[in-house]
Amino acid sequence: MIVAQGTLARKPEVAIDRAGGQTTVRLSGPWTAPHAQTVESLVQEIETDAEAFPLVLDLSGVERLDTLGAWTLNRTRHEMSGKGQVDFANATPEQKILLDEAAFRDFQGPSKPRHSRVVDFLVDVGRSVAGAGRDMVGGVGFLGELIAALIRVIVHPRRFRGTAVINQLEQIAYRGVPIIVLISFLVGCIVSQQGIFQLVKFGATPFVIDLIGILVLRELGVLLTSIMVAGRSGSAFTAEIGSMKMREEIDALRVMGLDPIEVLIVPRIMALVIGLPLLTFIASIAALVGGGLTTWVYGDISPDIFLNRLRAAVSLNTFLVGMIKAPFMALVIGIIATLEGLAVEGSAESLGRHVTSSVVKAIFMVIVLDGVFAMFFAAINY
Amino acid sequence: MMLERRPSDPTKNRDVIISVRGVEVGFGERTILKGLDLDVYRGEILGFVGGSGQGKSVLTRAILGLVPKRAGTIQVLGQNLDDLSPEERRQLERHWGVLFQQGALFSALTVKQNIQVPMREYLHLSDRLLDELAMLKIEMVGLNPDAADKLPSELSGGMIKRAALARALALDPEIVFLDEPTSGLDPIGAGEFDDLIATLQRTLGLTVFMVTHDLDSLYSVCDRIAALGEGKILAEGPIEVMLESDHPWLRSYFHGKRARAVMAGGA
Repeated sequence: MIVAQGTLARKPEVAIDRAGGQTTVRLSGPWTAPHAQTVESLVQEIETDAEAFPLVLDLSGVERLDTLGAWTLNRTRHEMSGKGQVDFANATPEQKILLDEAAFRDFQGPSKPRHSRVVDFLVDVGRSVAGAGRDMVGGVGFLGELIAALIRVIVHPRRFRGTAVINQLEQIAYRGVPIIVLISFLVGCIVSQQGIFQLVKFGATPFVIDLIGILVLRELGVLLTSIMVAGRSGSAFTAEIGSMKMREEIDALRVMGLDPIEVLIVPRIMALVIGLPLLTFIASIAALVGGGLTTWVYGDISPDIFLNRLRAAVSLNTFLVGMIKAPFMALVIGIIATLEGLAVEGSAESLGRHVTSSVVKAIFMVIVLDGVFAMFFAAINY
Repeated sequence: MMLERRPSDPTKNRDVIISVRGVEVGFGERTILKGLDLDVYRGEILGFVGGSGQGKSVLTRAILGLVPKRAGTIQVLGQNLDDLSPEERRQLERHWGVLFQQGALFSALTVKQNIQVPMREYLHLSDRLLDELAMLKIEMVGLNPDAADKLPSELSGGMIKRAALARALALDPEIVFLDEPTSGLDPIGAGEFDDLIATLQRTLGLTVFMVTHDLDSLYSVCDRIAALGEGKILAEGPIEVMLESDHPWLRSYFHGKRARAVMAGGA
């Protein structure tokens, strides 16, 4: 049997016969889905042309009928029923079963009330504010749980999972070194090049070393590292924890009497809190090297002079400002990533959504936190 | 349940809708199907059984073109799958629907949108008809109309199977492939699903190719059974033929403890 090629060539047709006070509509050809457009226009034609009732739909010439054909015929019949009686005739037993199966029913449920756009917009704003509030409360609650778990681990050191922490440290810190070094190095180069171009106008080229030293150690090193870690490791946490949640692995841990926070989350966050300052240090050095190279090439300042000037420009607290911030950034990234991971529901789409929002929220919070720290350190003159 | 089966001999005077000849499929060193022959007749429900790892799903996937075969021919609706141009293959593919074991519903789309995916792709329907037909399919597979706007993640296992069946039926196919349709359903749900398949098969004139482990399904809805083992068809025919077979695997499958329980319940 060739794939209905014979029927594809033919088209559904109707012949309307108005004899003897009733209308007979003879249908022929295939009344199937591939001919949907013809079928739709034909039933429209029948509806408009039907004047005399009773009306008979004669199916004797129909070669093939499928659910689409049966449904449109039933719908037409229903729509004309207000005007008079409509019947089917000469349907084969198979066609009869199909016509019964596709009998007309009203699918139009009660339509949803429509709101104005302004109301919708306000509702949206309200929802996001409430959502942000819930996030805050959830975050603080989770921080509490985390600290409780940490204390439990400290009280019972045997429950500390050293291997997991080391493994996470490798993933977060060790494997992140190349990319973070590269990015920091380049940013150091760019900032110092632009600094030289601007300061040379005032004949103050050597001050670019102060600029680089302070900017990198206080702000850029930690910020670049945090943003990279949020993108690299924050997304990985959310995806790992989210897919474990999706496949009930977290529930499996729970029923074995293991605390998922202790097993999965404490090692990750500890690794972050240890790893991020290390990476920050490496990133700062890389950016300083980049800045030094650029000042040598563009500003004719030899490395000796660069180092001397740098030592005069920065003090220990310049360096510490950057390093103090790092563990807090790590904590924020870790908490956001795990909370988003735990919020994943059944579908893969939900996983994708939460990974995205984990990264976006983490980067946003890192920058906000940096601003708060800037104000804090300015207030205490550190 | 046994007595309700239609007493017919489908092998007589009926056209072959799927014909598999000498098919070999393997992965790396391992050959899974070794020259397999199988015919599926128009309008029957064929139950396809075999031990785990024997290649039931592999044959299904080979017919659907998801797994390459090493030798042999497969004809569907009289056309050799290897000879088809991409356009002819597209034409052919709208004549079959597939129910995957896990449903394989698109998780980003609602049930209704899932059913409309093949319709939008192949048919030129007005928006109104598109909605009405999708709702009709949803009702035909016994889902509540409320389910139409739900996402797959909000459905239970049985509802996912029904929704996936509705999607498989979206284009009014002639052949439906079902991969373990009743696995993961409770016995009542599985029984209802069997009845649903039988009803739809009768009303829509479907040919059903059903991979299954469910002895209840084999007894209650299948016209014919083909048993796979050692890379070949061990036996095919109605349940009586299976029961009479001497092959050790078939004996233990159809005369095991679980099979006796089903027979006792059915007879």
